[in-house]
Amino acid sequence: MRLLTHNMLSCNIKGVTNGFPLRIEAEKFMEKEVDFNIDFLKSIFSKIEWTALVEAAQSLGYNELPEEVVDSSSMLESSDFLKKFHHALLELHLEEGALICPETGRRFPVSKGIPNMLLHEDEV
Amino acid sequence: MKLKQLEGLLGNLEQISCPKIELEQYPTSAHIASRTLFSAENSFGDVSGKVVADFGCGCGTLGIAAALLDADYVVGVDIDAQSLEVALVNAEDMEVDLNLMQCDINNLKWRGQFIDTVIMNPPFGTRKKGADMNFLSMALKVATQAVYSLHKTSTRDHVKKMALRDCNATSAEVLCELRFDVPQLYKFHKKKVVDIAVDLWRFVPPKDQEGVVKTFSLPQ
Repeated sequence: MRLLTHNMLSCNIKGVTNGFPLRIEAEKFMEKEVDFNIDFLKSIFSKIEWTALVEAAQSLGYNELPEEVVDSSSMLESSDFLKKFHHALLELHLEEGALICPETGRRFPVSKGIPNMLLHEDEV
Repeated sequence: MKLKQLEGLLGNLEQISCPKIELEQYPTSAHIASRTLFSAENSFGDVSGKVVADFGCGCGTLGIAAALLDADYVVGVDIDAQSLEVALVNAEDMEVDLNLMQCDINNLKWRGQFIDTVIMNPPFGTRKKGADMNFLSMALKVATQAVYSLHKTSTRDHVKKMALRDCNATSAEVLCELRFDVPQLYKFHKKKVVDIAVDLWRFVPPKDQEGVVKTFSLPQ
């Protein structure tokens, strides 16, 4: 599971209002190289919840992202920043572990890189 | 990439070995998948450079087609773990990236308006009534630019009404009518192959979707 996917996911249990971001419990993670696509990075940047991305990357052992992006227009022109953004967003993979709901503590298992968001009957 | 080339590549994908009838798991043919994605890209520019979601992705045919036509990021959602395992293998064989997740489409909760285009070959609602409309409803909530979907031609008026009136779609257009070969997959299938007329639809979602975290789950 890439961190762009993680940045989209919220706990889907009925009634939960504070289900984002899901905390990552990493048992196995890896890095897979992906082609660098500047246009994509620039267009997706404004949709990213930055703190969630930084924390998620840290839970996968990557600490190079700035804690916050103050001047995004100039940061997006910095190739150094873009490379780090690219790496965190697209090249870090959670293979085995879990995503934990911040409100309920519910664990959503991740296996072979695929998060399982299926709910039990009483959660729907 | 040419249409024939795309169709050829998709024809090599592995299918689900033991399809589950209650989920209406039918393979999306290379013929249909290639034409769907080709139209989406060449007529409307909805694939290349976009974030695409394949709802009910099964073994990944539509999502892989999107990746082959240069979608920037493809997400595949399915309720069935076995299908997703096959999708994983198929994506690896095709050397494309599919970002898969296991989820019931009725309980999707995604933030951020990331998805430009939703593509899908949803269940027709023959086993679980209303399944096709649940998929359509969710797709029109999630997609920001376009939804491509296959529905039985016999349901054309119903689909149009549902999309425009109930889901507030900006537009609902049948792009073409296709023949969906249903092979003799299940015990109750009497014939070797049956042709079902399906419409390939393009829907434009309502404008100004809220960008906040919303509960997307549908009333039971």
